[in-house]
Amino acid sequence: MRDDGKCALVTEGLTKRYGRREVLSDVSVSVAPGERVALLGHNGAGKSTLVRLVLGLLRATAGQISVNCHRPGSGAARRATAYLPEQVAFHPALTGREHLTTFARLAGEPSSTVMPLLERVGLAGAADARVGTYSKGMRQRLGLAQTLLGRRRVVLLDEPTSGLDPVSRHDVYAVVDEMAANGTAILIASHALTELEARTDRIAILRQGRLVADDSLKALSRSADLPTRIHLTAQAGAADRVQAALGGTRVNGTALELHCPADEKMARLARIAEMGDAVCDVEMTPPSLEDLYRHYCGEELR
Amino acid sequence: MIRHILAIAAMEFRIQRRNRWLFSATLMMLLFALALTFAGSAPTGTLGVDLLTVSVASMTTLAVYLAPFLALMISFDAIAGEAERGTLGLVLTYPLSRGEMLLGKFCAHLSVLGIAITLGLGAAGAAAAMSGGAGPDSLMALGRLIATAILLGASFMALGYVASALSSTVAGAAGLAVGLWLVMVVLYDLGLLGAVVFDGGGAFTQHVFPWLLAANPADAFRLWNVSGSQEVALITGMAGAGAALPVWAAPASLFVWPVVALALAAAAFRRTEP
Repeated sequence: MRDDGKCALVTEGLTKRYGRREVLSDVSVSVAPGERVALLGHNGAGKSTLVRLVLGLLRATAGQISVNCHRPGSGAARRATAYLPEQVAFHPALTGREHLTTFARLAGEPSSTVMPLLERVGLAGAADARVGTYSKGMRQRLGLAQTLLGRRRVVLLDEPTSGLDPVSRHDVYAVVDEMAANGTAILIASHALTELEARTDRIAILRQGRLVADDSLKALSRSADLPTRIHLTAQAGAADRVQAALGGTRVNGTALELHCPADEKMARLARIAEMGDAVCDVEMTPPSLEDLYRHYCGEELR
Repeated sequence: MIRHILAIAAMEFRIQRRNRWLFSATLMMLLFALALTFAGSAPTGTLGVDLLTVSVASMTTLAVYLAPFLALMISFDAIAGEAERGTLGLVLTYPLSRGEMLLGKFCAHLSVLGIAITLGLGAAGAAAAMSGGAGPDSLMALGRLIATAILLGASFMALGYVASALSSTVAGAAGLAVGLWLVMVVLYDLGLLGAVVFDGGGAFTQHVFPWLLAANPADAFRLWNVSGSQEVALITGMAGAGAALPVWAAPASLFVWPVVALALAAAAFRRTEP
């Protein structure tokens, strides 16, 4: 397949059918080396199916996949791919070090790489404790450690931060950023929209097995043309006057909410300033990833 | 590759040791074998054989039930358990084939069972030999018993993998394993017995029945151990059925079963979608 050194992961016209039910239809998506792509979609939108197809655990009905220029599931593709499944429960009777040593041997890495990796994810102190005694965060760190074994070109993370505390989440993304800086292509399937907003370079959205969006957050906002929200707090007793002048909807006795297109923001701000003392506070919120997600997955689209 | 098989085998063996399966399987074998040896020592004088011969005969009856049971208990979790924990999908994204994974587990599990059988039956045999005497013939019989019990266990271990690969949950795999044990070890014999009684010594009893007996690994195990030793045959009174068969039938069955069952397990595992 394509071998221009640009794309670590490419799918073309990927389709997966179970009987007559089409789980993925004609999905073409790519992740370049060093790129972090968020894969979004409702439960059952086809995210996991896409990930499993890329891993070679499932066979596509139609279309092609290239993992670092190799067929998915082939030895070369598997050596180049790391995977962190959602909710992985390592065997409770073994220690973190024993698990990682087994994975290192399967990946063909020397066992001397194991301890530094456990240190890297902050598990050095628990290396010889059984996984049964680990917290949810520690188990996820162990899962993350095995994705760092060897030189992986493509990393697939399925809900890497679900159920983690804020510090652990931050640590997960620190590792992700480090991998991306080393030129690894990263695909993150997740629902944690606010985290992904700041942590990914591109957003791909699946809706009922179809790719409905695939671009940077900025470009998606522009093409979706979602309004900016303006939240006004009026002086006591002045709310009616402000609403009469500016429109919008009342939230309560003093607060007011307005929507305006991105390019009219400044004009609208000028009119708010004209109101003088009647307005005592203004808050502006640009469309968030959550708004975009709703827009692309929502019923109003088609 | 051998490296992958060894990596999986080392991990599995450690799990079995941590889970105390190695310990409890050995203990179970030993206790049952000792109990049967000394509880069943009464006929020594009347039959004029040493205590080890009697012990081997009793332990043959025990191993027919216990070896398949322990093998299934160790193996039923192998694939369904990993699928349920979510590690199967992860391990299979590493560069190892499903066949390597299965063989690695088989090596580790069979070592556990082999140790349990050798230590359990061996120790009980040694105790019988020391307290009631043994001869070259009865020592041979003990060796044969241990080797064939491991072969019998290997067959059922692989059948346990089939059950594990076919069911998507651990509970389902456990149910299937128990059902397998019940049908192949208990009900099969009852069915044959019923058929023989119904037939009343006709063509079925003379020509078909012995082959059906040899086709089941549990019965092949019994046949081989009984026909291998005149004295053991004397005690168990099972010489009649074995006499109608060529000498190679029972050993062939015991050697072919593990291979066929492993091939079946590999085929079932290949169809599993993690």
